[in-house]
Amino acid sequence: MGDRPGGHVPGEFLHLPGHSPVHRLPAHVKIVAAFLTIVVIVLTPPTPAWVFMAYTVVVVGVVALSGIGPATVLRRMRVEIPFVAFAVLLPFVGQGQRIPIGPLELSEPGLLAAWNILAKATLTLLVSVTLASTTSATDLVAGLQRLRVPDLLVQIVSAMVRYVHVVSQEWSRMSRARAARGFTARGPRSWWVLGQSVGTLFIRSYERGERVHLAMVSRGYSGRLPVLTTTTAGPAEWARALTVPVVIGVISLIPLIAAAGTFAGGAS
Amino acid sequence: MTAVEVSGLGYTYPDGTVALQGVDLTVAHGERVAVLGPNGAGKTTLMLHLNGLIQAQVGRVAIEGTEVDDQSVRAIRHRVGLVFQDPDDQLFMPSVRDDVAFGPANAGLSPDEVARRVEGALGLVGMADVADRPPHHLSLGQRRRVAIATVLAMDPAVLVLDEPSSNLDPAARREVADTLLGLNRTTVMVTHDLPYALQLCPRSVILSAGRIVADGPTADILVDSDLLAQHRLELPHGFDPASVSGR
Repeated sequence: MGDRPGGHVPGEFLHLPGHSPVHRLPAHVKIVAAFLTIVVIVLTPPTPAWVFMAYTVVVVGVVALSGIGPATVLRRMRVEIPFVAFAVLLPFVGQGQRIPIGPLELSEPGLLAAWNILAKATLTLLVSVTLASTTSATDLVAGLQRLRVPDLLVQIVSAMVRYVHVVSQEWSRMSRARAARGFTARGPRSWWVLGQSVGTLFIRSYERGERVHLAMVSRGYSGRLPVLTTTTAGPAEWARALTVPVVIGVISLIPLIAAAGTFAGGAS
Repeated sequence: MTAVEVSGLGYTYPDGTVALQGVDLTVAHGERVAVLGPNGAGKTTLMLHLNGLIQAQVGRVAIEGTEVDDQSVRAIRHRVGLVFQDPDDQLFMPSVRDDVAFGPANAGLSPDEVARRVEGALGLVGMADVADRPPHHLSLGQRRRVAIATVLAMDPAVLVLDEPSSNLDPAARREVADTLLGLNRTTVMVTHDLPYALQLCPRSVILSAGRIVADGPTADILVDSDLLAQHRLELPHGFDPASVSGR
């Protein structure tokens, strides 16, 4: 049981409490700023490379401002590894013109696609890591509610934040009970047992869901979560947070404007 | 006016299991009553009737003179506070403060009033200092006291608790008991923890196989070993109710 207060808590482990300017911004402001930043980064054409270098300077600047240690950031960036592996494959399997690099002949569109994936994934992940590290899960849920994200979605996220710990503990108790009776997960023969455990966990969680619903209804729940947060953001906070997507957006426009200048008279 | 009036209550689950048959129970204002009974006696089913989560199939349930029906059920839920056995079922919001605020906010109270209720309720159970923590950071005893606060914040006329002592260590058990004794409110406590019933409730009823089979002072019921044995109730080894002063 989760009887020890202050232990390692899944669902909260990404949040690093702090008092940096990034931490202090209201959650809904940070969510909007992070979302816009990510949209601009993803929509940027893969060339020229200096645009992405400029983005990196801005995003790394925000990370530095938030006071999260570089080691922590790098550790959290590890979720990108599968995408990196996929991107590294592209120059080898890609079609189109091949260019010699050292002893290898690599596909040029493949290289471009790999660079595109790597640069965008890394930058957007960096933005997400910063958001998750400086905002508690509770505040994120409240922020989504504040932004009028459909209530049902907010309730689902909220329930997940609350119960991921309960369900994962239930799973680890079941694993321990299996191991205590000599079970080791090895080979396809163990799949049947694991499948049964997953099924049991599902039914237990489903029944818990029913009990939680009863508890909610008994306190007057009628389909909507009451809005309990009173966090508001002033123009100064919005301005501070939106600086990031605005700067990124302006940088993204520079090559387009330059191109329009080159084809003077043509572009609108 | 009586706080709780249950008369001739019967309930059969859709699968045919008969949970309650002809239950009569009257609880006066300010009374603390323990509903004792073995597992499967229908205790939880009875509890769910008290604030209309289940509505009477046979008989009637009235709270402060108002019969529980489709019209009154929303108001009744604010008059009867249910504390469930597992605090993880009861505490579903991401922070203690939000959870305690849930009931009052659903009642449509102003934000100031909701905040006042939250402070008041957490203060009553001695948990004011954990208001901003997520429930899963608390010990089971703390979570149970917060669960009690979530219904106290609704200022209910009747408090209904399902096995408030289950799985608690002795210190947490005593802290929850102290909390409940300090509340001075009409309480119905469902339990099979007989010493706890003796400590907290001057009066007890035994619910067995869907019927009330005994009703009287807790001290008298607990010394009737034949009665207890007939209904699968047992005192802990070495516990002598005659040597303990109830409250």
